[in-house]
Amino acid sequence: MDYRLSLIFTLPEIILSVSGMILLLVAAWGGLKSARLISILAVVALFGSSAYAFEFLTNPSFEFGGDAFYSLYRMDGFGSFAKLLIYFAAIVSLIIAPRFFKDSGSYRPEYPVLILFATVGMGMMVSAVDMMTLYIGLELNSLSAYVLASIIRNDVRSSEAGLKYFVLGSLASGMLLFGISLVYGFAGSTNFSVIADALTGDLATGPLIGVVLVLAGLAFKISAVPFHMWTPDVYEGAPTPVTAFFASAPKVAAIALTVRVIIDAFGEQTSTWQQIIVFVALASIVLGAVAAIGQQNIKRLLAYSSINNVGFLLIGLAAGTAQGISAMLFYLIIYVVMTLGSFICVMEMRDAEGKPLESLSSLSGLAKTRPALAWAMMFFMFSLAGIPPLFGFWGKFLVFDAAVAAGMLPLAVIGIAASVIGAFYYIKVVKIMFFDEAANEIVHTGHKTENAIIAILATAVSPLGYLTIPLLAPVTATAAQALF
Amino acid sequence: MNQLDFPILSLMMGLPMLAAIICLFLGAHAARLLALVTTLVLFVLGVVLWVNYDIGGPQWQYVERVEMFGNFAWALGIDGISMMLIMLTVFLMPICIGASWESIKERVGEYMAAFLFMEVLMIGVFAAQDIFLFYILFEAGLIPMYLIIGIWGGTNRIYASYKFFLYTLLGSVVMLIAMLWMVQDAGTSDIPTLLNYDFAPEAQTWLWLAFFASFAVKMPMWPVHTWLPDAHVQAPTAGSVILAGVLLKMGGYGFLRFSLPMFPEASEQFIWLVFGLSMVAVVYTSLVALVQQDMKKLIAYSSVAHMAIVTLGLFAFNRQGIEGAIIVMLSHGLVSGALFLCVGVIYDRLHTREIDRYGGLSINMPKYALLFMLFTMASIGLPGTSGFVGEFLSLVGLYKVNSWVTLVATTGIILGAGYMLYLYRRVAFGELVHDDVKAMPDLSAREMALLAPIAAAVMWMGVYPESFMAPIRGDVGALVARIDRAAPEGDAHLKMGQVKAAPNGLEVEADQGESH
Repeated sequence: MDYRLSLIFTLPEIILSVSGMILLLVAAWGGLKSARLISILAVVALFGSSAYAFEFLTNPSFEFGGDAFYSLYRMDGFGSFAKLLIYFAAIVSLIIAPRFFKDSGSYRPEYPVLILFATVGMGMMVSAVDMMTLYIGLELNSLSAYVLASIIRNDVRSSEAGLKYFVLGSLASGMLLFGISLVYGFAGSTNFSVIADALTGDLATGPLIGVVLVLAGLAFKISAVPFHMWTPDVYEGAPTPVTAFFASAPKVAAIALTVRVIIDAFGEQTSTWQQIIVFVALASIVLGAVAAIGQQNIKRLLAYSSINNVGFLLIGLAAGTAQGISAMLFYLIIYVVMTLGSFICVMEMRDAEGKPLESLSSLSGLAKTRPALAWAMMFFMFSLAGIPPLFGFWGKFLVFDAAVAAGMLPLAVIGIAASVIGAFYYIKVVKIMFFDEAANEIVHTGHKTENAIIAILATAVSPLGYLTIPLLAPVTATAAQALF
Repeated sequence: MNQLDFPILSLMMGLPMLAAIICLFLGAHAARLLALVTTLVLFVLGVVLWVNYDIGGPQWQYVERVEMFGNFAWALGIDGISMMLIMLTVFLMPICIGASWESIKERVGEYMAAFLFMEVLMIGVFAAQDIFLFYILFEAGLIPMYLIIGIWGGTNRIYASYKFFLYTLLGSVVMLIAMLWMVQDAGTSDIPTLLNYDFAPEAQTWLWLAFFASFAVKMPMWPVHTWLPDAHVQAPTAGSVILAGVLLKMGGYGFLRFSLPMFPEASEQFIWLVFGLSMVAVVYTSLVALVQQDMKKLIAYSSVAHMAIVTLGLFAFNRQGIEGAIIVMLSHGLVSGALFLCVGVIYDRLHTREIDRYGGLSINMPKYALLFMLFTMASIGLPGTSGFVGEFLSLVGLYKVNSWVTLVATTGIILGAGYMLYLYRRVAFGELVHDDVKAMPDLSAREMALLAPIAAAVMWMGVYPESFMAPIRGDVGALVARIDRAAPEGDAHLKMGQVKAAPNGLEVEADQGESH
């Protein structure tokens, strides 16, 4: 094994871990004052890692990727693509945070450091080709996330969110570990390709339970029904920038991880995992849509919306083809943009003193008081609902196209019909902003950086987004091809 | 590229799009002016389109195609049918802007932007030559219409806007799955190619049903028409005009462009369904219209009845039926638009649509009463107006296929005369009993300018329909040739002149010539 090559392949993670540790020391000596500097340096580190991930994705000499550290870690187009998305979401979460924390308490230097560590964990997750690396990456990400959720420690809701996340997350990790140990016991290895070779033909009860438990643990991480219960509570309680981060980066990582486990490790067991994924996908779509209707808190609503979107994403996985995976990856890009955009809009909901507002009713008549913000939010809502001509439609189009190509017509028909239920609450938000009388609660004018980010993200989901298809489609196709 | 050497269809979509974005940032008066100028320019471009249209030339003209979206292309092009519907759109749009000139006072920029965006989508739907481009534009219309009804609508606007949005969305989503399947089966998303692709008959059944779900809601056909009266009643006048005038035509256009030529066998198989629903619609909605107290609701129900004549004509599978159906679509676009404007005129004065609050308007508003009379007659289908040509042709076509269905459909014409004349009598005739009605002034110059062009078009179409039928003749011919293999056996046979003994086989030819 060539260590030099292994080190090159893991460069994005090395950069992030080293800078994370250095910044932790800076934070320890520099105190609260250093928070802003550390944020900037963390963004720089993320850009550095992005550069390498981009190089790995686009440079033809890395086309076939390669394994590092005795097949514990794989550098390939799929992982690099997911990392780019994760880094993008992390950078945005870092940029929007200082202003929010300044308004509601103090900005602590731990925030950027924890984001960096979580990002390292996510990088490991999407590159893992061994159950051990998978678990370590997942836990590194989760532990950072638990702390991030409760980062405003004198806020009851924030602490509660962190505790809830921790307890339920540990349960899921336990299930995952148990599943991994069963699979390991029957396959004799934790390596994905060895597992794939071992688990062929009809499965005995033991490995079957193992596979199901692994999938259950992963379903928890992507907050798919029936393991979604933590999502609304955590999303509601955590500070909004943290929620924006949770809804974007870790979701990309967990979904990419699930895809890799299913295709690489359980690829031979299509009939086993496919029925699970089909069920989970449809249940997420329906429950995510129905449960959101009664929500009065915009963050809870967006949490259900994220569950709903995960359901649509999983339709691409259910297809199980390269086309389906590439559709998922394209959907993920749009999903990250829509989610970040809508959560930053939520951050903009502040009263005159800068206190955050979260109830749906405070959005009333936003179109009169803050027209630009209302229009952007409308773009995100219709886009999340997948109504053309907004770009969110394209993600749904691609996954359904893949499902139809794979011959899964009933899944496609039920899934798309259920999307109409979801449309109901998205148009409800638009109704509140555009049709209702102004509540005049949101009077705080926005901040320049946030407004600029919202404008960029809203443009990306507008019909102009379709112009990026020729650029992005080949990239997602190459990234998906890396798994097959 | 085309006979004009520049991409006129893209220009006709780009121009209003640009104007819509600018309108968002303009003040009330500037936005009104910009919207009016833009829609008038588009009307001129529409005339250019018509004048340069080569009747008898290639089926698809003004074709543009840019492969830019991977799975689908920016492909535009029109045949005669599309052109007539685009003409209808660009003709009605300046009138809609004019109708909102004074009645819309709040958020004018956004209002004009929504209408201009609507125009982009309507032109795009009729011009799209790529099935996915069609779907995107078809569905996108939900957003501006949702806003138009919800922001500027009446008191119960929220319910109506939700119902409109969810009903139409539910109808259309399954169509997308059908389209995905079709494109994978045929290997192309190009509509002209798909028009000549033969899908397996058993697949056609499912595909037809998926498309039917969408177009039947859009049309709207009984029993999925219930969103329409709500949407019409709550929408602002111009919203009703565009909804009745153009949006409903998308359903008929869909049957014409997709269901019939792409799935001829399935269309034949489901004739009973279409005929059954249409017969119920003609009789039932006409009777419902008869008892309405709200003028807009009455006209909305009459729209459902007229659209049922369209579906009956389309599924007659012969030239008269289909040409008649297209003329009914054009005529209904003009007439129902004009009727909604007429309602808007008096609504602006008295702020009620209740029929009993009016009466005797012919005394103090003679000009109004005259124009209203013309449109009432056109809606009934009086010879000399546009309504007659279309309804007569559709029924003639239908008669060849099934005389019993025709019998039922014709009662709709009689009932139509019933509810329209009853409406007219209650609004325009009688004594002026209400003081506030007595004080209502006659049509202003602006209102005359809105109604007079429609009146002229209605008369033109009634007296010399050839202008409107010439461009569609070739395309209907192509459609009839395409679906002829599945055409149902008619129950009307010409008995007269049949030769009993026929050694030379002449009478066989004569028989075919007469019954198809």
